[in-house]
This record gives sequence, C-alpha cells and structure tokens, in this order.
Amino acid sequence: MNLATVSLAYLRARALNTTLNVLLLALGIATITLLLLATSQLEERMQRDARGIDLVVGAKGSPMQIILSSIYQLDVPTGNVSWKQAQELARHRAVKKMIPLALADNYRGFRIVGTNHDYVAHYGARLVQGRLWQAPLEAVLGADLAAQSNLAVGATFIGAHGMGSREGEHMHDAYSYQVVGVLAPTGTVVDRVVLTDVASVWAVHADQHDIKDVMRVAELLPDDEKELTALLIQYSSPLGAAVLPRYVNQNSEMQAASPAYETARLFSIIGVGVDVLRGFALVLILAAGLSVFIALYNALLERRYDLAVMRTLGASPARLMALMLFEGAMLAGIGAVLGIVMGHVLTEALGVAFKAAKQVAVTGWAWVPEELWLIGLALAVGIFAALLPAWRAYRTDIAATLARG
Amino acid sequence: MFTIENLKHAYDGTEVLNVSRWRAEQGAQWLIIGPSGSGKTTLLHVLAGILRPTAGSVNIAGQDLAALKPAGLDRFRGRHIGIVLQRLHLMPSLTVARNLLLAQYLAGVPQDGTRVREVLASLDVSDKADAYPHELSFGQAQRVAVARAVVNKPKLLLADEPTSNLDDARCAQAFGLLESQARACGATLVVATHDQRIKARMSNHYDLTEQP
Repeated sequence: MNLATVSLAYLRARALNTTLNVLLLALGIATITLLLLATSQLEERMQRDARGIDLVVGAKGSPMQIILSSIYQLDVPTGNVSWKQAQELARHRAVKKMIPLALADNYRGFRIVGTNHDYVAHYGARLVQGRLWQAPLEAVLGADLAAQSNLAVGATFIGAHGMGSREGEHMHDAYSYQVVGVLAPTGTVVDRVVLTDVASVWAVHADQHDIKDVMRVAELLPDDEKELTALLIQYSSPLGAAVLPRYVNQNSEMQAASPAYETARLFSIIGVGVDVLRGFALVLILAAGLSVFIALYNALLERRYDLAVMRTLGASPARLMALMLFEGAMLAGIGAVLGIVMGHVLTEALGVAFKAAKQVAVTGWAWVPEELWLIGLALAVGIFAALLPAWRAYRTDIAATLARG
Repeated sequence: MFTIENLKHAYDGTEVLNVSRWRAEQGAQWLIIGPSGSGKTTLLHVLAGILRPTAGSVNIAGQDLAALKPAGLDRFRGRHIGIVLQRLHLMPSLTVARNLLLAQYLAGVPQDGTRVREVLASLDVSDKADAYPHELSFGQAQRVAVARAVVNKPKLLLADEPTSNLDDARCAQAFGLLESQARACGATLVVATHDQRIKARMSNHYDLTEQP
C-alpha cells in the first residue's frame, strides 16, 4: 500500500474516464512519434543514398528534379546530356570520380539504371548470386526487386519504356535482358533498381539508329549520338564545390545540382507539412491535458470526503497533494507509453504499406532519442493538469468537510 | 487519558464551544451528549486534532496538541487517535483489507497484514477482507470502519453519532463493538451522541447542554 496503489485504485474505479484520457493523450503522442520516426528515417535514408556524391550533373532544368531523378530514382529526368561533354567533364581536375547514369526504361515500375561497376562499389553492394554485368543486356538486380519479382540468375525480362509502370506503355520486346547477378540488401536506392551497362540503354534504343548488332552498340554508335542522363560526381578536394558547379553551368549545356543543398531544401518544404502535423499533435496533447485536468478536478469534488478521511488517518496535506500529482503523472505516463507503442506500430504498418508501393521504406522497430523528450512532455502535461486539483486537495479543510458530511 | 482546559472555539466570532475542564483517565469510556448544534462534533474534532481550537489546551496521552506542528499533528493523529465517522467513509475504490492497510500506511506504521486479519477477525468480518465497501451491508461496513479506527491500536478512540438511524438491536450491537474494541486496545473511548438509548449504557457523561 502506497500512493501508487491508491492512485491506481482510483484510476481503476473510473476506468472509462481513465481510458478516454489515456487514449486522447496516446493519440497525440503516437502522432508525434510517427512523425519523429518517419522523418528521421527518411532523412537518414536520403542522406545514405546521397553519401559521397558531391555533385550531380544533368540536363538543364530543375536542380531538385535532377537530384530526385538521378540519386533517389523518384522523379523523371530533366533530359539527356551528351556523352562527349561528360567525357570532357570527367577530365576536369576537380573531378575525382564520375559515375555515369543512363535512365530510360523500367521493369514493372523498377528503374533500369545503365551505369558502370563504380556505382555498385559506391554503395558498397555485394553480390549474393551470380556476377556483375560484362556485356550489354546483362542485368544485376537490387535486393528488394529480386525478392518482389522472383527473378533469379538466368531469368530474362523485357524492359518497358518510361520511368514507371503505366498501362499501355511501349515495351522493348525486341530485346530481353538476362539476369546475371543479384545484390545483397544495402538499405539504399540500389535495392530497388535493375543495374546494367550504359550500353544496354543505348542497345534497346538502337533501332532508332539503324544498328543491328546490339552487342557492339558502344562501338557502332557515333560518339556524337551517345547520350547519358546524369553524372554522379565526387570532388577531388573540397575546393571542387567552389569551381565545378559554376564551370558546368557556364561552359556546357548541362546543369549542376548539389545533393546536400537540394535535399536540405526538400526537407524544408516537407518540414512545413510536418510542422502542421506536429502542431496538430500538440493540440491533441493539450486537449488531453485539459481533459485530465477536468477529470482530476471532478474527481477531487467527488473525493473530498475521501481526502478528509485520509487526513483523519494521518495523511498530511502534502501527502494528499502528492497523491493528486501522482495520479496526473500516472495518467500521463500510461498515455505516453501507450502512445509511443502505438506510434511505432503505426510507423511499421505504414512501412509495410510503403514497401508494397515501392516507396522509401520506414520501420517501426527503431528508436529515436527524442522519444524520451516526448515522455517528459507528457509527464509535464499530466503534472501541470494536476496542479490546481492538488492545490485544492492541499487546502482541504477537513473539519468543515466532515461536519457537512 | 486526556485533559482539556479552558477550551474555547468560535466560528466567525460566535462562540460555539466552551469547556473549562474535562479530564478522562486512560481506558475510560465517555459520552459527549447534548442536542444538535451544541458543539458535540466540534468538540470531537478538537479532540481528534483536526480542528485547532481558538483558545485553551488539549493534552492527549501526555502530548500537548498545540505544541505540535501541522505535519506532527497529522502524524500523531494517525498513530494515536482512531476515528469512526457517522457516515463511515470507507475508501470506495479499495478493498476492506486495503482500507486497513491504508490506515497503517498513512499513519506511518509498518504495514502488517497479520494485524489487519486479526482485527477483521475480532470484528467477525474476516470473510469480507477482499470485498469492496459497496458490497458490504451497513452493519458490515460499520464493523470495518471500527476495524480501521483501531488497527493502529490508538490511545483514543472517537466515534461521531455511531448509532443514529439504527434500530435498538443494531444500536446495542454497534455500541458493544466500540466498547469491546476500545477495551481490547486499552483506548479511551469518547462517543458523541444525541441518542437517548446509549445514555443508559455508560456512566461517564460530558453534557454540553450544561455549559453556559
């Protein structure tokens, strides 16, 4: 028997009221937890995808679109860049490494990315099956894609023109890709793409150039007609940031985009929505606080004899005050824990739903330190709501209360 | 034992209580009698230490109540004074046994389940230990209220109108419980009542109607 048992007994005696208050608070906490988890994981994921890429060069257009299309494989590319210009840029002294990307087609909504082996190495992807591509029309599958498509080494598939799976899109049925390897999961964009040689992308569009021998497309296609979609660039020194973007924008038909800057901009745009949701969640928590206050205040009126009797049994006014505060904190604590659990379960449910939609994956089975702050916030709300009832309990005039009763 | 001297209490300047001297030996059994409004409950509250009188001194078992700080008075009350209220006021959300444990906890004495069972047994309500107050008959609830008042073996046992609204048989029974329980723990018993039926049972009367 202690204050906790007494508080719990009272909370149990008003089960419906307690449940409603706990749920109200839990909903607010769950919403904030969901936001915290989703944004932190999204941010981390986007940073992981962009790690080590200092600059992306694409066709003239929106820099944000260049980043989204070439690093995250989300948006459509701004256009094509000339292969010759790309070769010139690769020789620039500020460029340490340049990974070419050629995007044109998809397989059931998964992008087919023409690139070189550096791309695989850059994301640290290992093979679990087969080998990397050596010739045009050989394909290596990302882990998620392999799992969802049930394609394995030796299987063949046909790409569709375009960036997403839409009905009635043009199928390149004259050329089929052959799967030669499958990659292990990396937790990056690589998991959701088909990787192949840049020449594969030229090959499936070779009929536009009257080339019959697609295996030799890289030799047969005139350099002037070779095109790429984007170039992922690593600077040779931090000074590159000062030189290269301006060089690209002024001396070529291409456009430079900084992943760091564009993702920060993207997050500030998403941030507005997140802030609105967070504000909404805070309103929920405040409403819960108000509801806890009303519940405790009513409880106090119902319980004034109980409180007076506790005083006759030897409880000091401070003890009664502590009892009310404890009850507020208890409600808030239960609400906070339930809310955080609900938040994690919701996030996991969303993650499962997103996975099916081939979107960025989130999981509910991860923690962020801010959740401790959430518990603190909830406890503060609970205690604050209990302050006035606690003060009234402290001031109870037992003789007068008992004389009336 | 307790001693009251020159006790006066006034509400808003109107004197409601005036006791020049009242002394009771340890273990004695007293009635406070008088009509409604004569100050019986006020005197009982003063004895219980839940009301600080306007003037005068109250000494219970050698302790001058006026000398105690508020928290000390609360502790003293919990430890040495047992109170049975007219409306009993058991904690509705706690079981019978827990009501008694609460009395031990709030008084700051060790929580002793054996003592709780012993008191409930002596009042013949052992089988109700795990029942909630709303599941008890009035008679059972009254026994539990007495049990709660004596669980800490008080020096002074107070009861406010314990027999009003009871028929003759129950009245005698309730009064018998108080007498026997007070005797069992050596407590001084003070009962405030306007019930004429009890007057005959006890020889020590403190009559508030005789006061000026």
